[in-house]
Amino acid sequence: MAIQTEKDDVSGTATTGHSWDGIRELNTPLPRWWLYTFYGCVIWAIGYTILYPAWPLPGGATQGILGWSSRGQFAQQMQAAAAAQKDTVDRIAAMSLPDIMKDPKLLAYAQAGGAAAFKVNCVQCHGAGAAGGKGYPNLNDDDWLWGGSPEAIYTTLRHGIRYTDDPNTRDSQMPSFGIDGILTPEQIDQVANHVLALSGETADAGKAEAGKQIFAENCAACHGEDGKGNREFGAPNLTDRLWLYGGGIDNIKAQIVKPSMGVMPGWTKRLDDATIKELAIYVHSLGGGEAPVTQ
Amino acid sequence: MGAGTMTHKGQPSGGGAMAMMALWGLLALFAITMGAKAADTPFAIHMFIFALAAILALIFKARSFGKPAPDTSGYMDEVVRYGAIATVFWGVVGFLVGLVIALQLAYPAWNPDLEWFNFGRLRPLHTSAVVFAFGGNALLCTSFYVVQRTNRTRLALGNLAWFVFWGYQLFIVLAATGYLLGVTEGREYAEPEWYVDLWLTVVWVAYFLVFFGTLLQRKESHIYVANWFYLAFIVTIAMLHIVNNLSIPVSVFGSKSYSLFSGVQDALTQWWYGHNAVGFFLTAGFLGMMYYFIPKRANRPVYSYRLSIVHFWSLIFLYIWAGPHHLHYTALPDWAQTLGMVFSIMLWMPSWGGMINGLMTLSGAWDKLRTDPVLRMMVISVAFYGMSTFEGPMMSIKSVNSLSHYTDWTIGHVHSGALGWVGMISMACVYHLIPRLYGQKEVYSLPLVSWHVWLATLGIVVYAAAMWVAGIMQGLIWREYDANGFLAYSFVETVAAMHPYYVIRAFGGALFLAGSLIMVYNLYRTIRGAQPVSQPVGMVSAAA
Repeated sequence: MAIQTEKDDVSGTATTGHSWDGIRELNTPLPRWWLYTFYGCVIWAIGYTILYPAWPLPGGATQGILGWSSRGQFAQQMQAAAAAQKDTVDRIAAMSLPDIMKDPKLLAYAQAGGAAAFKVNCVQCHGAGAAGGKGYPNLNDDDWLWGGSPEAIYTTLRHGIRYTDDPNTRDSQMPSFGIDGILTPEQIDQVANHVLALSGETADAGKAEAGKQIFAENCAACHGEDGKGNREFGAPNLTDRLWLYGGGIDNIKAQIVKPSMGVMPGWTKRLDDATIKELAIYVHSLGGGEAPVTQ
Repeated sequence: MGAGTMTHKGQPSGGGAMAMMALWGLLALFAITMGAKAADTPFAIHMFIFALAAILALIFKARSFGKPAPDTSGYMDEVVRYGAIATVFWGVVGFLVGLVIALQLAYPAWNPDLEWFNFGRLRPLHTSAVVFAFGGNALLCTSFYVVQRTNRTRLALGNLAWFVFWGYQLFIVLAATGYLLGVTEGREYAEPEWYVDLWLTVVWVAYFLVFFGTLLQRKESHIYVANWFYLAFIVTIAMLHIVNNLSIPVSVFGSKSYSLFSGVQDALTQWWYGHNAVGFFLTAGFLGMMYYFIPKRANRPVYSYRLSIVHFWSLIFLYIWAGPHHLHYTALPDWAQTLGMVFSIMLWMPSWGGMINGLMTLSGAWDKLRTDPVLRMMVISVAFYGMSTFEGPMMSIKSVNSLSHYTDWTIGHVHSGALGWVGMISMACVYHLIPRLYGQKEVYSLPLVSWHVWLATLGIVVYAAAMWVAGIMQGLIWREYDANGFLAYSFVETVAAMHPYYVIRAFGGALFLAGSLIMVYNLYRTIRGAQPVSQPVGMVSAAA
């Protein structure tokens, strides 16, 4: 060999004898701890592949002697969770809403379950605090479009509102008084001022007076003579200063010209009956819940 | 183009130059034609950028007519100088965009109502700018520098290295403008569309030819370890790039294409690519840098030749199988998940072999860390390499991954590797290279380098720590159940809980960016007034 190895003064180790642009290499043996840790990892890896599904073979991969699978683990955990809740869930499914609410333990459980389901399914529209937003009702107050008893909330949850996939959905249509030419722009201005006045807000008195008759002829059938609304049609109370699509003359006029009407899905296809009951009880408990229909 | 049109010394002959000019002219015409028939605006824009580049190449070639042939006796260092400066430029761009998107996550108002600059489009711009533009240019220029010196020969194939450099910059411009215009394949770290992929393939083949050709004409009997890593990087990236980007364009005049793969095969191909982009682009290539610049800087022999062989081959063999750990608990069959995990665990020691060889090369020279901040930066970078290559195998363990996956822990892990290892080793190499390429003994100010080192280190630590806390918190919140077995939190509550950590992360990124701006000033002062120098072939480069 022409290559001349030399001894490094610092480490006392020989070099390999090469030099590349002045860089030399020591011929230090592999660090023992490094080598044995590497071996250890390899042995561990082989062991793991014997225990768990690992090696692809012509007729399918090896299954591993533990019989573990990720789908199996998932099913097992879901079953364990369902088993832990089964007794309570079965009772909720079998009992009426007022009976559930009379049992303090069941009530607390239902509220917790409803809160969890609400976070996953409802916050997207009604908000994390259920305070709603423009077009999405606030569920904390006592202003209910379709009723605030546990049973009414339960029905809304089951069948939804204007939800075309469910024939029993809650449904109603407000006419487009403006774009369908039922009322003139002047009449709309007048009736809008009347609606403002119903809530005791500042309105043009002359126009409001003129709007009174228009309201009686066009609006009272659903919203009532006194404007207090009708839950049978989900017609909002117009006297409480709560405006789902915004207050003020412009928003009210826009709502008469071409009304926005909310849609909510029915949840029977996505949630089981016990969960819907829990949701009804949770929403009922938020602050504006009304007394159950059957005591 | 290619060797046929060049003399062995690298100057184009008269006929060869004419042929080159004709080729560039034809390419420009072709691109203009494609652009004129384009089915969508981004494709038209890209074809005109391409045509412009071809015309510039044509003009450049025409202007070199009649000029005396440049001296090609020494190492070909001009392209390395360009590469080093491009590294710094793209680095600052990439870090800046990173800071912007960190702020966009912390404060959604930073997302403007202009679709070009929202998070979804800037995020791939950031990742590609740091990985491919900054990291890629660092790899290009250091590999060209190292392969010449460790083989005592000038770069092979004449000016092809220049084509590689400028062709690669064109790829970066096409990719970056594409992201802003909404052109994307939607494949992480492989977002550019089919025609940009084809261009990169051409450039990459040229890169391989230059590098491999230089190895073939070497004057050393053995190939130095740094070159093994560079070569592994170049060859494997070619394979990954081509396979992962196999796709069918909707129209040859349009920017949209669809992958050849679908479903879980698509996911596995993507993460086979994605993980090995980490393994071969961000690891193997940068280990090549480490193996040249650390012994050079420390002026000490490499710690262990035997370790370099064993850890090289074990790293190369094991890395390629580790990709499935990105798809734990998905539709990917269990057996593939298992193999991805155990290969990742086995990868731990091969990775640490590189760290040991980097750090132990300093034995006998540890005192230099006090006086040489560039060497300090290299050592910190290797320490981050060791840390992230421990963290990576740990996170590949399924039970750890079930907590860490989809959380910002992953982002923290990536950045301790990207900022700590890749960023620091690249910038340290640039600090070493620039003065030597301009005939200076050292950079303008070593104290400023020291400021950079500590700002960057602090920035990474702040960044990674914020993401560890945020990620683990996020994972724990997702799996939190109350006493009745109900989920305790909604997704949006995890988002709200992340906010303070997103702010801290942005602060860490700002520190890192600030350090890089100090580097820009320091390098500018180093270059200002200095003349580029050419190093004769075979002359040993100066150590620190």
